[in-house]
Amino acid sequence: MTRTVRLTVNGREHTVQVEPRLSLADCLREVLDLTGTHVGCEHGVCGACTVLLDGEPVRSCLMLAVQAGGHAITTVEGITPDEGLAPLQQAFQDKHGLQCGYCTPGILLTTHAFLEEHPDPTREEIREMLAGNLCRCTGYHFIVEAVAAAARAAARTPPA
Amino acid sequence: MKPAPFDYTPAASAAEAVTALAQHGDDAKILAGGQSLVPMLNLRLARPAMLVDINGAAELDYLREREGRVHVGALRRQAAVARWAATRLPLMAEALRHVGHTAIRNRGTVVGSVAHADPASELPALLLCLDGEVVARGPQGERAIAAGALYRAPLTTSLRADELVTEARFTLPRPEAGWGFAEVARRHGDFALVGAAALLWQDGGGSVAGVRLAFFGVGGTPQRGAAAEAALMGRPITGEGIRTAARAAAAALRPEGDLHASARYRSEVAAVLAERVLTDAIGRCRRAA
Repeated sequence: MTRTVRLTVNGREHTVQVEPRLSLADCLREVLDLTGTHVGCEHGVCGACTVLLDGEPVRSCLMLAVQAGGHAITTVEGITPDEGLAPLQQAFQDKHGLQCGYCTPGILLTTHAFLEEHPDPTREEIREMLAGNLCRCTGYHFIVEAVAAAARAAARTPPA
Repeated sequence: MKPAPFDYTPAASAAEAVTALAQHGDDAKILAGGQSLVPMLNLRLARPAMLVDINGAAELDYLREREGRVHVGALRRQAAVARWAATRLPLMAEALRHVGHTAIRNRGTVVGSVAHADPASELPALLLCLDGEVVARGPQGERAIAAGALYRAPLTTSLRADELVTEARFTLPRPEAGWGFAEVARRHGDFALVGAAALLWQDGGGSVAGVRLAFFGVGGTPQRGAAAEAALMGRPITGEGIRTAARAAAAALRPEGDLHASARYRSEVAAVLAERVLTDAIGRCRRAA
């Protein structure tokens, strides 16, 4: 039996018909065609599917699509400008903070929310934040560098 | 890695959830934060026919300090409780820092973790350490269940299938009490191989006036370190006394070995962590006037 849910994703409203068991992650990818959200372990461990729910990072594989009505969801598409890259994404490119890229959308959204609360993080705080997102390519060093670089860049640029 | 089909009932209040549970009984599960239940659904370790979702029950999203205790409603997220605990209950703030990761704590609830009863998780042990209890509501009304009577076996509590935990209550430590918390895990945010939490306070003469020690990850349920508490109570504090007490508490545990750690390793680490958290607790004590 399907249910009707009204979702707000990256500022756009969608009305979808879903089974209760459909995860928010699969709804974003398969129903709304927003394939930037990646699905890894499907039990909350790897962090690849992390999206923002009302501005806060959550695992979209551990949330049902039917639960997401009435919340504002932000995916990696929502933090990417129409042209080029956001400063955070640019820092990941500049510092080689990714290799295969599978974990990257989840890490970008986790970091996006983290930097709003910790504009001047220590390396230790960055590492603890990243512990919730598995990356099997990089060994994390360049990801830590990218996050630190993004924080420095944001500090140089006063908010508009 | 997709759940078996289930039906879904959103409950707008605790009463609606209890009614739905009464209708569906054993076939229904309560969905709050979903950070333990949904993995089990995805892995098909759990196949409930009905999920009763309490996320719309705003009346359960509260935290209140009442008569020396903190009452945490079933919908209050771990992240929000951690923000409160940072100034009011540092032991809980430190424990919550070890519960999963930010993205997990943004959804996961304190009550959900307490009721899920994973023996390697932090909050059930904290409920023991802080003389806590839960409030369970069923068709016949409410009852309080003390932490010591709640946990029966891994993922198994004395709750009935038609009961909803509406609230967890933790006793706020007296102002002069010190605390300690430590765990060993493979990676920050992973389930602990072994963990311990302690609370201790002294009288004016420096003798131990009260002490609580609790372990997790060392058996099917969280464990109270009763042997250490008895050995320390009423006596002056010495380094040797703490070590002996910690060893006695660890010797009473019967941990199981698994792929991640042998039983002997867990016993040894339990003794070390017990000594560490008791020592930290003493270091944080303020002498009573």
